[in-house]
Amino acid sequence: MLELVIFSALNGVLYGLLLFMLSSGLTLIFSMMGVLNFAHASFYMLGAYFAYTLGMYTGFWPALILAPLLVGALGALVERFGLRRVHANGHVAELLFTFGLAYVIDELVQMIWGTVAVAYREPSYMREPLFTLFGTDYSIFRGVVILISILMFIALWYLLKKTRVGMMIRAALTHGEMVGHLGHNVPRLFMGVFGFGCALAALAGVIGGPLLATEPGMAATLGPIVFVVVVVGGMGSLQGAFYASLLIGLLQTFFVAINASLADVFNALGANLDPYGEVGRISLATLAPMTPFILLVLILIFRPRGLMGELEP
Amino acid sequence: MSQDIIAPMQRPKSRTSLRGLVPWVVFAAALLLLPVFFSGNSTAFTLLNVIGINIVFALSYNMLLGQGGMLSFGHAVFFGLGSYAAMHAMIAIDEASYAGEGFWAHVPVLGMPLVGMIAGGLVALVLGWPFCRRAGTAFAMITLGLGEMVAAAGQMFPSLFGGEAGIYGNRMVGPQWFGLELAQSSDVYWFIAFWTFAAVFAMWAFTRTPLGRLSNAVRDNPDRLQFIGYPPRNVRFMIFIASGAFGGLAGGMAAVNYEIITPEALGLIPSGLALLMAAVGGLGVFYGPIVGAVVVTLMNSMLSDYTDASILYVGLVFLAIVMFAPRGLGGGIEQVRVAWREGELGQRLPGWLSGALAVGMIIVGLVVLVELTFQITHGDDEFAHVFGVDFDAASLWGWLTVVVLLVAGGLIKRATNKLREGQE
Repeated sequence: MLELVIFSALNGVLYGLLLFMLSSGLTLIFSMMGVLNFAHASFYMLGAYFAYTLGMYTGFWPALILAPLLVGALGALVERFGLRRVHANGHVAELLFTFGLAYVIDELVQMIWGTVAVAYREPSYMREPLFTLFGTDYSIFRGVVILISILMFIALWYLLKKTRVGMMIRAALTHGEMVGHLGHNVPRLFMGVFGFGCALAALAGVIGGPLLATEPGMAATLGPIVFVVVVVGGMGSLQGAFYASLLIGLLQTFFVAINASLADVFNALGANLDPYGEVGRISLATLAPMTPFILLVLILIFRPRGLMGELEP
Repeated sequence: MSQDIIAPMQRPKSRTSLRGLVPWVVFAAALLLLPVFFSGNSTAFTLLNVIGINIVFALSYNMLLGQGGMLSFGHAVFFGLGSYAAMHAMIAIDEASYAGEGFWAHVPVLGMPLVGMIAGGLVALVLGWPFCRRAGTAFAMITLGLGEMVAAAGQMFPSLFGGEAGIYGNRMVGPQWFGLELAQSSDVYWFIAFWTFAAVFAMWAFTRTPLGRLSNAVRDNPDRLQFIGYPPRNVRFMIFIASGAFGGLAGGMAAVNYEIITPEALGLIPSGLALLMAAVGGLGVFYGPIVGAVVVTLMNSMLSDYTDASILYVGLVFLAIVMFAPRGLGGGIEQVRVAWREGELGQRLPGWLSGALAVGMIIVGLVVLVELTFQITHGDDEFAHVFGVDFDAASLWGWLTVVVLLVAGGLIKRATNKLREGQE
């Protein structure tokens, strides 16, 4: 039991950190530009595929830096030549644009890399166990992923709170026009933030690709969950996104790990549910993919501004 | 929030005039005459049936987005659940007519779209209230969550949804009306044609009701609507129900047409299709989604015969329309019509034609580029075919063609823009 709890907690935190790496970029973009970037998970997927292809020539570590840089540049181009053009037509047009972009990127990935998963794996020396607990190994790579995520959060915090650019970004979040009046180039700032957010997503892809699977469906599986994180955490709140990421990561991992059915749960609470009926038979593991969406609906009904959000979306 | 792309075109209209009837007569005549052209061609009828279903689906979606200003990513929930309800009703008819008694033994399969409509409306009635508080991003996100949740639940209750394989029925059961056996797709065509016409007319009539007018108001200025005594949430809720009901009607048509329904029909992919069709056709014109449904369905089914990248092309067309023609194909048609009426067509035509030429060249260039890339990545020995011309990715000529077409297209586009500026 203890083994289960510890490993589920470790894996849940790991998954939650990955989610936060994705959702932090999305939240920054949303709170600055008011655009919910539907293609965000597609940039995550591009990160994994770029790292796979680059890694064949340069090895894992250079790819870890290069792939996010490339995807970030791509994101900046998308903002400059696509989104900025559509911006004049309002928010619906922007959402439609990113939706179409996600569609096209998914198809391009299938065209270039094929429809089945590619063999993108961490270097073999990282598959060795970092430590062994209750006879189960915890690989070095998982430790490295946690380390990279934490380093990234420190870097993000430093960038936003301690640098001049971060000050401009924070100012533009709430007083975009004023920042423009003060002589800063706000459109260029937008482009930078969009590219930066895409680069963060790509970084999540580079380290998430070997953990999960690098296949054309990876954007569609994670994309909706990232939106849930952003809404549950509160639109535009980085802190909220952090807590929501960890919450959803732990929730999903524990639901997968616990071997019980709905009947077990309800009967333990005193209800009387037929363990062989259609509802009672459903195991918690099959419910796991639904948990983020159940949470989303509950949050939107009972606390529409999210965990830490200040405004209703 | 500015809603330029979905604001309707201005057009003054007299209340009662025979001219208003013309489009409906043309529409009905087209539906009646189409079978004459395609008689005996069962693939054509299959395609026509899909188009009919998609027209109703896209129009019902546009009730939300185009008329109500609510961007939904979960519209397939109503389509799919309506389809499931109709399928279960069809199974009930099958069993009841076998026994020869009971209510369902007297219900014709032709009425299944009504079952779907009731189911879709009920689902929207039960689920809709908490969703309609806000339009905009919150609504988009919550419908996305709803869609994912219902699609996941579809896998979870096999007795209702049939698991991965879905459930299937038989449409040749129960009482036969109008001598329609529904055996072949040409028979089903009459069923689809009737319901398409009825649904399109009903949805058009809806835009003329006070509620239809209020739905435009809640899109354009919810605060003001609140001031004059209509809570926006109630209005949104009613539009949501109406749109869900018509989505369910399309689902009922699909149940009879395909005779099978799987939980996939509830998910994000069909929801995205509705959005795609409506946006390609144009959100601000009533008939826009009809145009979009026809074009997207034709592209989906015909392109796949010629190329493996058909979905990519559909996506690129969608992206191009969002970026360069935000009013969609229907908006373009409307623009030409207005120019025709104002007598400015001759003056504007050169600009439009050269713009079309530029777009055409860029499109052909992109198509060659995509096909050449496809040839490389898939390592085929075959040449990439584009409009009957073979291109070889190994030789330079194909790539040169791409560059020439794209550059020439760009230059013509620039010249066109200057020409248009000169006119204004």
